Amino acid sequence: MTQQEIYNILKEKFGDEIIEFSHELPSDPYIVANRSKIDEICLFLRDEENLNFDYLVILSGMDYIEKLGVVYHLYSIKHKHRLTIKVFLSKDDPHIPTVEKIWRSADWHEREAWDMYGIIFDGHHNLIRILCPYDWEGFPLRKDYKTPEEYHGIKVPY
Amino acid sequence: MSERRKIEFDYSGVDTDRMRVNVGPQHPSTHGVLRLEVELEGEIVTEVVPHIGYLHRCFEKHAEAMTYPQVIPYIDRMDYISSMNNEWPYVIAIEEMCGIKVPEKVEYIRVICAELNRIANHQIAVATFGLDAGAFTPFLYLFRDREWILNLFERISGGRLLYNYFCVGGVRGDVYPTFKEDCLDIVRQVRATNKEIMDLLIYNHIFVERTANIGILPVDVAINYGCSGPVLRGSGFPYDLRRSEPYSIYDRFDFDVQVGKGEVGTVGDCWDRNIVRMREMEESCKIIEQAVAQMPDTGDVFEAIPKKIRVPKGEIYRAAENPKGELGFYIVSDGGQKPFRVRPRATSFINLSVLPEISKGYMLADLILILGSIDIVLGEVDR
Amino acid sequence: MEHNFIYNLINSDIVAIIAIILLPLIFVLIYALIAILGELKIASFVQERLGPMRTGPWGIIQPVAEVVKLIQKEDITPAAADKKLFNLAPYIMFVGAFAAFAVIPFGPAFVPADINLGLFYLFAVGAFAIIGIVMGGWASNNKYSLLGAMRSAAQIISYEIPAGVALLAIASLAGSLNLNEIIESQSGWFWNWYLFGGDGPIWKIFVIPFTLILFIIFLVSTLAETNRTPFDIPEGESEIVAGYHTEYSGIKFAMFFFAEYANMFVVSALITILFLGGWNSPFGDFMSGPIWGAFWFILKAFFFVFVQIWLRWTLPRLRVDQLMYMGWKVLVPFSFVCFFAIAFWAMVK
Repeated sequence: MTQQEIYNILKEKFGDEIIEFSHELPSDPYIVANRSKIDEICLFLRDEENLNFDYLVILSGMDYIEKLGVVYHLYSIKHKHRLTIKVFLSKDDPHIPTVEKIWRSADWHEREAWDMYGIIFDGHHNLIRILCPYDWEGFPLRKDYKTPEEYHGIKVPY
Repeated sequence: MSERRKIEFDYSGVDTDRMRVNVGPQHPSTHGVLRLEVELEGEIVTEVVPHIGYLHRCFEKHAEAMTYPQVIPYIDRMDYISSMNNEWPYVIAIEEMCGIKVPEKVEYIRVICAELNRIANHQIAVATFGLDAGAFTPFLYLFRDREWILNLFERISGGRLLYNYFCVGGVRGDVYPTFKEDCLDIVRQVRATNKEIMDLLIYNHIFVERTANIGILPVDVAINYGCSGPVLRGSGFPYDLRRSEPYSIYDRFDFDVQVGKGEVGTVGDCWDRNIVRMREMEESCKIIEQAVAQMPDTGDVFEAIPKKIRVPKGEIYRAAENPKGELGFYIVSDGGQKPFRVRPRATSFINLSVLPEISKGYMLADLILILGSIDIVLGEVDR
Repeated sequence: MEHNFIYNLINSDIVAIIAIILLPLIFVLIYALIAILGELKIASFVQERLGPMRTGPWGIIQPVAEVVKLIQKEDITPAAADKKLFNLAPYIMFVGAFAAFAVIPFGPAFVPADINLGLFYLFAVGAFAIIGIVMGGWASNNKYSLLGAMRSAAQIISYEIPAGVALLAIASLAGSLNLNEIIESQSGWFWNWYLFGGDGPIWKIFVIPFTLILFIIFLVSTLAETNRTPFDIPEGESEIVAGYHTEYSGIKFAMFFFAEYANMFVVSALITILFLGGWNSPFGDFMSGPIWGAFWFILKAFFFVFVQIWLRWTLPRLRVDQLMYMGWKVLVPFSFVCFFAIAFWAMVK
């Protein structure tokens, strides 16, 4: 199934929650969705018989300078089709429902997105830092991140 | 004294707490600086909490500050055991974005290098897995063979571990005249040693006892956790990007996707994950033989290399079958010299996340084996 | 006194006793160096590499260098350790291993102490090691050490039982607990060894399977008692780092090391005495005598040291529950069956 067809199905089912579909070569096509019902959209994508996106390839946090984003790359092992969903979040209110209960692999990805971008996944059971030290301050992968001078008395910039 | 003797022994005072043990970051069998916080009930593992990030080198942040070709050496350092394979999805993604068609000879060189590196990676995986089980000798046999592969890589790329060999549009150097013979020599040697390893380690009764029915990963759990590579195939699911979505020229080769069949235990146990790696070495040998036979002798490997890489505005996700699983790069370009975002799908990171799920209820010694059977590289977990 | 040439050489009792004590000590030290070199060289042979080659011709001085290195290293006592026990443990371990040498009959002319309860003594002293291991593991105040010590305690105690039953069977065949008498009862050609049922009429072929099984049981149990692969669970480095000696360094670690090698020889000597006729020549009177006796004894014992090293570099490690299963559910029942069969044979013989 092409991404266009999947978009049509989603648009029919979720209406305004699905914002747009973009396909400009050479880029991969993607669907932009609203954040509020992303967990329901994902659950639908996973459980619907002819979509069956059972494999979360990767969940990436993004910083688009003026806003944050979460990108879901999905794959259906059964139907061998891929889908990319983008969700944009404002920097003031970076909340998004978690999908860790839908794909368990999202657990660590969401922790990483929190760690690096400060995106808060509502409902995540253990949203703590994963790659940075647990008491690190700031979100290092944000474009406006300033490296701290020192960490526990250790000079950080080398 | 007589009064004290009257007191009967009070068992409620006996402290039978569970013990929390730190396995790592400095530990012989965590394959790097992984720290596992393990809760033990006697010897039985009741909880495992992995703490990662000790080797975090800010790959993604670095990549945003580098031009596109400059990122490749950093990619080498992710999964430093299979650097050749690491570079591949990245250059594929950029070539796709730029619309570069790679010469025929380069494709064959890439396939051969990637498959040799897959053999090298699986040799380390099986060797260290044997070491985790206490078998020291197979470790050295396999490392001896890996040396042949490293020597070949050194001759073509100059590096023994971090090659920086693939580049956008080609490879950094042509192969030397006796390259094909050397590849076939390695294939012969690998086959001879693998036969020996099968007798010495894989079908050794103690080894089978130790690894069969341990760390069983059911296939639905594996998919839900996003596992890929030998971890998913060990659970009996034939998911291999080389076959399901052939990239490069993999559709030209005849090879089998090996899956765990539960020959000595249950499908998806440690033994199955390990045997998948052993058999994949043989499949890689087959691919190398076919590639060597088909590879054109002449051809300019540099002809498609662009002088300046201009990646148009957009984004792309391309993956390749790394020895450890699906390694992909999600590259976002804003049209400039530097990538806006390079997001790797780090295979080891995702495969490791399944460890707490499958190691509960086994013994401490089994936990080490389960970790070994997942075959992680901390450079890739922490990036 | 008849089994001790030193008493015949030296008139003074005191000097003779000191010489008798020193001789095994020197032997242990030299043996340990040879065994370390053997371990290195056999390992490298098995693994198709050269092993140490730089220290001396073919690296034969390597064990000396290893010992010097260990002695030079800083002797660290962890701050949270129980210092007295921590310091005591390696010496207890070594004393336990060395005390066993007191009764080992090296040859017809040299038994340091020819006591009637030799077998019993050897068995008792052999279990001494566990005290050192548990003491060291506990006193280190390290979780890995504690796990290693607990595993070791369980392992050694479990495997004492099949080993003890095997000893009992041989003692019933020989009718004695004196090691020299056990050896002498196996004199003659090699088919008189207890490995092949001992001296007896042709009907002994019915008991040969039992003694062979008993020999294997005893070999396996002694491997377990000396913590060698495939039973090196107390120090299994892939799981619990180094087990009970994780926190030890320098000379104290060297003591554990020495004790392990000394124990290897003790159990090999025990196998030799019980099953392979001790210092008896395999060929009857040919090549027998005091010097040849010592030669045969050390040769046979070294062969079993070699077997232990060989197994270590070939086999993977068992898991602790599999070890217990093997000890209690395989070796113990089989050893009892063998014991009854052999005791019955000893009665009707």
